[in-house]
Amino acid sequence: MAASSRAQVLDLYRAMLRESKYFSAYNYRTYAVRRIRDAFRENKNVKHPVEIQALVNKARRDLGIIHRQVHIGQMYSTDKLIIENQEKPRT
Amino acid sequence: MLLRTAWRRVAAAVPVAPGPKSDAPTRGLRLRVVDHSPQSAVPSDTATAPQAESMLRPLYMDVQATTPLDPRVLDAMLPYLVNYYGNPHSRTHAYGWESEAAMEHARQQVASLIGADPREIIFTSGATESNNIAIKGVARFYRSRKKHLITTQTEHKCVLDSCRSLEAEGFQVTYLPVKKSGIIDLKELEAAIQPDTSLVSVMTVNNEIGVKQPIAEIGRICSSRKVYFHTDAAQAVGKIPLDVNDMKIDLMSISGHKIYGPKGVGAIYIRRRPRVRVEALQSGGGQERGMRSGTVPTPLVVGLGAACEVAQQEMEYDHKWISKLAERLTQKIMKSLPDVVMNGDPEHHYPGCINLSFAYVEGESLLMALKDVALSSGSACTSASLEPSYVLRAIGTDEDLAHSSIRFGIGRFTTEEEVDYTVEKCIHHVKRLREMSPLWEMVQDGIDLKSIKWTQH
Repeated sequence: MAASSRAQVLDLYRAMLRESKYFSAYNYRTYAVRRIRDAFRENKNVKHPVEIQALVNKARRDLGIIHRQVHIGQMYSTDKLIIENQEKPRT
Repeated sequence: MLLRTAWRRVAAAVPVAPGPKSDAPTRGLRLRVVDHSPQSAVPSDTATAPQAESMLRPLYMDVQATTPLDPRVLDAMLPYLVNYYGNPHSRTHAYGWESEAAMEHARQQVASLIGADPREIIFTSGATESNNIAIKGVARFYRSRKKHLITTQTEHKCVLDSCRSLEAEGFQVTYLPVKKSGIIDLKELEAAIQPDTSLVSVMTVNNEIGVKQPIAEIGRICSSRKVYFHTDAAQAVGKIPLDVNDMKIDLMSISGHKIYGPKGVGAIYIRRRPRVRVEALQSGGGQERGMRSGTVPTPLVVGLGAACEVAQQEMEYDHKWISKLAERLTQKIMKSLPDVVMNGDPEHHYPGCINLSFAYVEGESLLMALKDVALSSGSACTSASLEPSYVLRAIGTDEDLAHSSIRFGIGRFTTEEEVDYTVEKCIHHVKRLREMSPLWEMVQDGIDLKSIKWTQH
C-alpha cells in the first residue's frame, strides 16, 4: 500500500518533528520532540500493513493537533523560562 | 527601577494588536516575575543580564498542586467552547444531542481508565466535591444503622473536613495513624472496623509525600467485612494502573487538573454491582442519575475524558520517564549534600512526588532562595499557614525537619535540563544557608543538638 511506504512514514516523522519545534512553550516543545522520536523508534519494527496503517493514521491526526496547538501557543505566548536563555533550544 | 522599566514595556506593548509574532501579552503575571528580581541581596548568584532575567518565568516543579493542560486535551475541548456549545440535557435539538454524545463519550473514556462501567461515573466539579459526595453521601444514607467511619490522618483536607462536619452531625470517626513510612497498618484497620462502620476512606497516593497505600489489600479487608471502601485517587489516576474490580473499590474520586486536564472538573466512581447508595448533596433537576444535579460542563468533561484517554495510552511511557528523572534528582542531591531525609516509604512510592527534608535549613528560606523554580513545601491548600504540614507530623517527622521540607514534583512535561537546574540551585542554596546557620556550625563541631539546654531570656 502506497500510504504506508517507508518514505512516507519518514516524511511524516520529519514533518511532525519540524512542526513541533515551533511550539512556543518550552515544556510542550521538548515533550513533543521527545515523544515523537520515541514513538517512531518504538514502532520501527512493526511489519503488519494494517497495523502500520493504523499507526500512520494516528500520527497524521497527531500532526494536525500539533499544528493547531502550535498556532494557539504562539497567539498566547508569554515569556521564556529561566533555562531557555542559558541553553540553546536544541530539541 | 526594574518596575519602571516593566511599566514602560507594558505601556509600549498595549497598543500593539496581538498576532503570531506579538510580544508577550500584558497580563498581570509578567509584573509578578519582575518582583523575583535577580538583584536580590545574594551576591553569589551567577552573573546574569539583570534586565533580561527579570522577564523570564520560573521552572514548574509543582505538579502535585496542578498540571499544565496537555495540548491534546485542549485540542479536544476547543470545538465545544467555540461551536458545539449546546446543553447536553437539551433533548430536543441537535445542539443538545451532539453535546450529550460528547459527554457520554467522555464518560466512557474515564470509565475505561479505571476499569469501570460508564454508568458508574458521575461528573463533578473536582475531587473535593467527589470526596464530599462519597463521605457525606454514604454516611448520611446509611445513618439509621451505621454511625461509624474510618479514615487516616494523612488524608487530604477535604476528606478530614468532611469527617469533622459529620462528627458534628453525630457520627463517630476513627482517624487511623500511619507508620513512619506513611503507610497505614492493616492490622489496625481491621481492628478499627466495627459492626456499625459504613465507610473506610484511604487515599491511593498522598499528595505531599507520594506514598502509595496498599489499596488492593484494604479493598479485600473492607469487602470481607462488608464495609464500603472509598479512595481519593486524585494523584493516582492515570499515573499508576488502577482497576476498581481487582482492587474492590466502591467509590473513587478523580480530579481533572492533576492528570493534565482542565481545572474545575472531576468525577466520582460509584459502584453499581453491588449498589452503593449515596444521598445526593446537590439538589436540582436530577442530572447525573440524581447524584449531582446541574448542567454538566461539556467542554470540561470532554477535556477530562481526553486527559484520561491520553493518560491510559501514555501511562507506561510517562512512568518510565518520571522514574528516571526522579532517580536522577534524588541521587544527585543525596550524593552532594549530607543530612537530607526523604519523607515517605522509598519502596511504596509514586516517583513523581519527592519530599525531602534538608536538616539545619529553614524550608521557607530555601523556597525563597529557589525563586527560579516553582516548588512547594507541603500541600497548596495548607500553605497559607506557618504550621508544618500535618502529614509530616503524622509520619513522625521531627518538628525541625518538618519545617525544612520541600516537595519536588516531576511530571510528563518535565525535562532533564529542568531537573539538573533545580538540583544545582538546590545544592548551592542549601550549602549557602547552612554556612550561615549556627546550628550547622555546632553540628560540624560534633555537638549533639538534642543535648543542648536552651536558656530562657
